[in-house]
Amino acid sequence: MKTLMISLKIFLFFTILTGLVYPLVVTGIAQLIFPAKANGSLILSGGRVIGSELIGQQFNSPVYFTSRPSAVSYYPLPSGGSNLGLTNVKLKKFADSCRTRFLVFNHLDSLTMIPSEMIFASASGLDPHVSPQAAFLQLDRIATARRFNSGQKRKLVQCIRDLTEAPQFLCLGESRINVLLLNLAIDKIR
Amino acid sequence: MTIQDFIQLVFFFVLLIGLTPVLGNYMYKVFSGKKHIMLPFLGWLEKLTYRVSGVNPDEETNWKTYTFALLVFSLTGFVFAFLVQLIQSWLPLNPEHLAGVSWHLSFNTAVSFMTNTNWQSYAGETTLSYFVQMTVLAVQNFVSASAGIAVLLAVIRGLAGKSTDKLGNFWTDLTRITIYVLLPLSIILAIILVGQGVVQNFKHYETVQSLNGLKQIIPMGPAASQIAIKQLGTNGGGFFNANSAHPFENPTPFSNLLEMLSILLIPAALTFTYGKMAGSRRQGWTIFTVMLILLLTGLIISLYAEYSVNPVFGHNHLMEGKETRFGIVNSVLWSVSTTAASNGSVNAMHDSLSPLSGMIAMINIMLGEIVFGGVGSGLYGMVIFIIITVFIAGLMVGRTPEYLGKKIEAFEVRMAIIAILLPNMVILIFTAWACVSQAGLAGLNNAGPHGFSEILYAYSSVAGNNGSAFAGLNTNTVFYNLTLGLGMLIGRFGVIIPVMAIAGSMAGKKVTPPSSGTFRTDNSLFIGLLIAVILIIGGLTHFPALALGPGVEHMLLNAGITF
Repeated sequence: MKTLMISLKIFLFFTILTGLVYPLVVTGIAQLIFPAKANGSLILSGGRVIGSELIGQQFNSPVYFTSRPSAVSYYPLPSGGSNLGLTNVKLKKFADSCRTRFLVFNHLDSLTMIPSEMIFASASGLDPHVSPQAAFLQLDRIATARRFNSGQKRKLVQCIRDLTEAPQFLCLGESRINVLLLNLAIDKIR
Repeated sequence: MTIQDFIQLVFFFVLLIGLTPVLGNYMYKVFSGKKHIMLPFLGWLEKLTYRVSGVNPDEETNWKTYTFALLVFSLTGFVFAFLVQLIQSWLPLNPEHLAGVSWHLSFNTAVSFMTNTNWQSYAGETTLSYFVQMTVLAVQNFVSASAGIAVLLAVIRGLAGKSTDKLGNFWTDLTRITIYVLLPLSIILAIILVGQGVVQNFKHYETVQSLNGLKQIIPMGPAASQIAIKQLGTNGGGFFNANSAHPFENPTPFSNLLEMLSILLIPAALTFTYGKMAGSRRQGWTIFTVMLILLLTGLIISLYAEYSVNPVFGHNHLMEGKETRFGIVNSVLWSVSTTAASNGSVNAMHDSLSPLSGMIAMINIMLGEIVFGGVGSGLYGMVIFIIITVFIAGLMVGRTPEYLGKKIEAFEVRMAIIAILLPNMVILIFTAWACVSQAGLAGLNNAGPHGFSEILYAYSSVAGNNGSAFAGLNTNTVFYNLTLGLGMLIGRFGVIIPVMAIAGSMAGKKVTPPSSGTFRTDNSLFIGLLIAVILIIGGLTHFPALALGPGVEHMLLNAGITF
């Protein structure tokens, strides 16, 4: 009985300490030093929120760079991957159809090596990045769709270069480019 | 693999090995009641805890009282967690008006977080309110981790102390671990994570009109505070469904490094603490070495499997279920670390790993979560294998087996065998049951041997209190929620009770000083023997099941056969 009383009291105490005080303290500090990041790294454009820097979006239009395939079509409630095993015929078919669609959509010849992230779905279904190679493969298609002249096309290449993120601290992770930020940047090319 | 990939791996292991003695020494001071650097800042909080709850911190108890306190405390947490989920729709901090959770899911989740498993049959962003995530799940993340370390401390005192029947005070251990170790580390980690982009707020989900005109609802919440402790406490339950693959949980390669390091940090450092408390640092480093060798072996096989070419997908890198910012190496390193430690958070979908990588993940769990393992639980699990090893070595040389100067006798060996058998029975019996029942097969997402692996992985994960999954398997059904919940209970307390009995029995034994005939437990011969015993026990138990699942799948994949 004594043990049960202690247990109840100490449990209540830790619930308040680690369940209320701790998250509130962290929230307080976070909102003070990193307000934008703590609130989801949202992007404002023309006075309204058009997305988050960290959450990928789906792009089907020929004037935009396309994101990776997604098992949840970039709808975040809930997030997740396909969870298909490598011997699942659905995965093979899915990868083949993504490859064909990418080749046809970007007018590439059938021997082009496509970066693997463009034929496989991500783990979160919300991956905001693609590799720089995947962006360069879409370059001509976008320039054509936007009827860019050679000067504008140079700016387009420059956009990709500028927005490519190298591995963090030179050694962590992979080179990558944020598709939403890239598409926002190319909208500004005049 | 590129040179940069190697640098990342080396960097990670250098950090892990370098931080082990630093944190290990700090924890040694905290746990043995010595002066340490956090005492001036947080000493008042420890005293306040005792005053509020009526604990006498100096009262030492025997193994039965210690275990009883732990069981009562776990039960308290379970009941609270179970009830709060049922009524979450009437509680505050529920901006999305999420409905109450079903009884069987609530049971599963309550057991899951109380046992430090963090198996999730639900998707966080569409199921649980901020209130439940904070006051139920995050709290259990802290206290279930502390309880695991507390058991370890009692075991060390039993093994290494002078002849006594006192193993310490559960409430004191629980309080010190939570306040001096988990809380400060979590605050620091949480704030760094927000700096990388992890969300921490109490806002409504943000509805946005995306650039191509589609509606997108972006989830929010106090995620950083929960992610910090989920990694440090080897809990692993994600705030969002995609766990640490979600860009809001793990936005950058740097956040990835920190989270990955946090998975192994405390279990690794505890080996150093163990050595210090046992009076011989070499004993601690011996265990560390065994764990590191097993971890690296798994990592090498897993990397090899992910980079091999197969006839189905040719030379394509297997990016299915992986994130661009992490790439293959970080995804594989994480999958090996999270299953070796009983963390269970994922940054890539294990269901879509190559068959052999998936098998390594399963083996790590099946060996009993002792390759670093859960905080506390990894090391007391390892002690069980040490007892078996010393016993076998004793049989070979014909002497009474001893460990740390105390004799190992029939009772200890019997308890050790029980602790090894119970979780393994959960894995094999429940898997077999699910495979022949309609309710079990209904949840499958994949056919053929991979489907079998999904079920095998699920029961291994709960028996080892890991919590990761081949997540294609739909387990939010009455059958799975109940059997998996039961598996977690057996996997947790089926080990804790026998191991505490060992501690109690060892505590009373006389210490004999080492002589020239003593079988040493701190040299390379012992390292080899211990690894052999671990692999033979794990291998004999699980080889048939693994052959049927990932083994067959690997061969089919290489023959180009799909289902």
